[in-house]
Amino acid sequence: MSNDFLQMHLKAVMSCLVIFLYKVHTTKAGQFFSSGHTNNWAVLVCTSRFWFNYRHVANTLSVYRSVKRLGIPDSHIVLMLADDMACNYRNPRPATVFSHKNMELNVYGDDVEVDYRGYEVTVENFLRVLTGRLPPSTPRSKRLLSDDRSNILIYLTGHGGNGFLKFQDSEEISNMELADAFEQMWQKRRYNELLFIIDTCQGASMYERFYSPNLMALASSQVGEDSLSHQPDLAIGVHLMDKYTFYLLEFLEEVHPASQANMNDLFKVCPQSQCVSTPGHRTDLFQRDPGSVLITDFFGSVRKVEITKDTINLTSPVEPPIQRSGSGDIQIESLTYVDQLPVAEIIHQKPKQKDWHPPDGFILGLWTLILLVFFQTYGIKHLKHIF
Amino acid sequence: CDSRLPLTFTPAPAPAPARDQFQEELVIRPLHSGDIYASFQFRTLWDTDFLQERQKKVSHYRLFPKSLGQVLSKFSVRELHISFTQGFWRTMQWGQPFIPSPPGAELWVWFHHTVSDVDGNWKELTNVLSGIFCASLNFIDMTNTVQPSASFKPLGLGNATDHRFLRYATLPREIVCTENLTPWKKLLPCGSKAGLAVLMKSEKLFHSSFHSQAVHIRPICQDEQCTSKAWELRQTLNVVFDHYTSGQGKKEWSLFKMFSRTLTEACPLASSSKVYVDITDNPELFELSPATHLLSRAVVLGDRRTYSVYDLTRAETFGQLRSFNLLLRWKGDNMLRPLLHAERYVAGFGLQTGEIHTVIYNNHPYRAFPVLLMDSVPWYLQLYVHTLTVTSKSRDNKPSYIHYQPAKDRHRPHLLEMLIQLPPHSMTEVTVQFERALLKWTEYTPDPNHGFYVGSSVVSALVPSMVAMSTNFTQDQPLFSSFVPVKEESSYFVRVYTEPLLVNLPTPDFSMPYNVICLTCTVVAVGYGSFYNLLTRTFQVDEPSPPLAKRLANFIRRIRGVPLLA
Repeated sequence: MSNDFLQMHLKAVMSCLVIFLYKVHTTKAGQFFSSGHTNNWAVLVCTSRFWFNYRHVANTLSVYRSVKRLGIPDSHIVLMLADDMACNYRNPRPATVFSHKNMELNVYGDDVEVDYRGYEVTVENFLRVLTGRLPPSTPRSKRLLSDDRSNILIYLTGHGGNGFLKFQDSEEISNMELADAFEQMWQKRRYNELLFIIDTCQGASMYERFYSPNLMALASSQVGEDSLSHQPDLAIGVHLMDKYTFYLLEFLEEVHPASQANMNDLFKVCPQSQCVSTPGHRTDLFQRDPGSVLITDFFGSVRKVEITKDTINLTSPVEPPIQRSGSGDIQIESLTYVDQLPVAEIIHQKPKQKDWHPPDGFILGLWTLILLVFFQTYGIKHLKHIF
Repeated sequence: CDSRLPLTFTPAPAPAPARDQFQEELVIRPLHSGDIYASFQFRTLWDTDFLQERQKKVSHYRLFPKSLGQVLSKFSVRELHISFTQGFWRTMQWGQPFIPSPPGAELWVWFHHTVSDVDGNWKELTNVLSGIFCASLNFIDMTNTVQPSASFKPLGLGNATDHRFLRYATLPREIVCTENLTPWKKLLPCGSKAGLAVLMKSEKLFHSSFHSQAVHIRPICQDEQCTSKAWELRQTLNVVFDHYTSGQGKKEWSLFKMFSRTLTEACPLASSSKVYVDITDNPELFELSPATHLLSRAVVLGDRRTYSVYDLTRAETFGQLRSFNLLLRWKGDNMLRPLLHAERYVAGFGLQTGEIHTVIYNNHPYRAFPVLLMDSVPWYLQLYVHTLTVTSKSRDNKPSYIHYQPAKDRHRPHLLEMLIQLPPHSMTEVTVQFERALLKWTEYTPDPNHGFYVGSSVVSALVPSMVAMSTNFTQDQPLFSSFVPVKEESSYFVRVYTEPLLVNLPTPDFSMPYNVICLTCTVVAVGYGSFYNLLTRTFQVDEPSPPLAKRLANFIRRIRGVPLLA
């Protein structure tokens, strides 16, 4: 009896052990794909125009610099700058945008690719980039080609208010439009997880209306508070950065591709003592625990490598070019250059044949009116004399 | 880390002999005002057929950039010229540039005669190029594209020139900055890592009076007999450094001062890599070190110039320190008068009418020559062609050829082309009056008070040359002297761009809709609201309640049975 009992106990323990080991094995494999994303994208937007909004361009470029440094390539970054500060005629140091006073750090750098610039940064273009509804001739560098396994970082900066963000001093985007755009992205499965950061006055109002899953949002100030700028540079003459992004840049400079810093550290960036405004965040729509989300899940492009032991056949792609046959079928007469200013030819140029277009509506209408009046006056019986 | 993928590898056939070659050169020309003009020219020659006339589709690219090759074959482009310029070329102070360009962005393309829908190809081509060069070229559409009828003949090989396949557009507002230089540098075979391109640091290049980068693609002769053609991709970068802003006021220049770098090696993929310094005015004007015995004489822009040549493919150019730095020091001053010069300005006052004046100067003492003036004016400046006058030396000068295409509102700009004979030593003035249009309120840019730009006029001319030029096309000529094909010995072809114009259009007050809504709502609320209340509300007289003392007194009186107070 005790033997059976012992045996049962042993079997129970053994099965428990087996189940436990199996679980450990699957969680290890599960953790391998726990973040669920395979590629990273970033959409960085500066919405302000004019020289005195230098700091917004510097904000966007510092996030661009961090994101590039941590591994996201230019082809996966959509950078939108509403005005050009680096080569602005008022910039005493051309081709530079500084983030620290005394010109310590040039965030513009030597290797920058801006996808949307100047007048192209509009609410319409921004929403089209997010939802993917672009005209067919748009080049690849201007598209957000994300799929359902992409983690996207969206950063907006500019002048904003309670529930809106101003684009180029002439139009605005509301928080409802933004929330709807994200919902469209979710329904078309254009993202796996999305991190939304906004650095404007009353920034928290922009993420109030989000309702799609897997969204995490950070803002530089609460509703009713203003986000303040950091420090001016006396040589350049304008404020260089906003406080929130300045401390965000300092935080990101410490992060490297293998770093294990997580989102809870990001939420602590720029407390009220440094920022004067209270940064806010929203994680209720996000499914994972923010403490387990790495910074590099959004800011970097850490690829996971799958090792395979299968054989893959590679064939040489270079085709031998067809050799030109000797002198058989090639034209032997020599080719000539065109005369750049053939005066005699130009003077005697015949007027070029205009393509015939059918008469447009005005002419047709005029003739119809004339014919109507004619038949009205003289009666329909004259028709047979004409035809 | 080792890869664990076992591969099976089929041996490749022997690689085909390379049919593409790359040459790079830098020309430095000291200017008389103390400024210095540096022109980089990178040329890739490739013997292939993009337009698929005989071969299969091209898929293997070596030195020629794949992005441009695909653009050429997809849109059947015969010739493509695109330039991005910051600043304006001052002809009177600096002479003529090797390759001229207008401020902003300029794109002109000759399509192949097999193309059926040129406008569709043009629209897609501008979008693709805007992605390649990170520029807003997608703003080029039918409202700023013209089809010149006599200017902009192809610079490459060809016989048929039907102008229906030519499209020309400029964006004078386009800003040029590092984001345009980065993809431009990536098109070079060595990138910015080796050769002359290491000198291209944006912080120095954009801190200059003039900066222009361009890409020119055209078919050219492969050899002297010109029996076969090859594609030439020429990337040029012209920059003029001002000795006040970047030279600290001293008339002394070195490669390190100009570019904050020195040269350490030639591009390994280049078949020739040379630096030319214009020493025609040496030794009275400036002195050059390190000295070299290699000299080259070339006829450039109608003048015979002498150049010191430094060959970077030879190791001894770099000396002991393995780095090459030029030093130029000025000694004297000399004035230069270019033969052809043009300027343009807007006259008039107010926001309704104005007048465009284009002034062309012919500084040759005794020779007259023809120029072709091309003007492309946007539709919102409505030109009155009956007020067009051309005067030289205060007498009327009738052009021998005029082509005018009027604008169509929101559809097409004005195009005016005239062939004018310039009398010697004279000033010719072309004036035309215009009226400014009122745009629809959605058509204004976010900063309409800045003004609206009108693109530069193009003056193309055959200027008489002071020395005879050779019409033979050899491969040994330096690149900067062989851009424009020479057809006759006594004159050379030159193109001069005028300044772009900045015109203010009548701008509405954009806050008015908001003001009107506020005012109307206030008037309606106050006026109608109170009238409505007056008509629909009934009034009742209401007795006020008596004070506490009186109420208490009345209460006591009621108890006593005495009559109450009022």
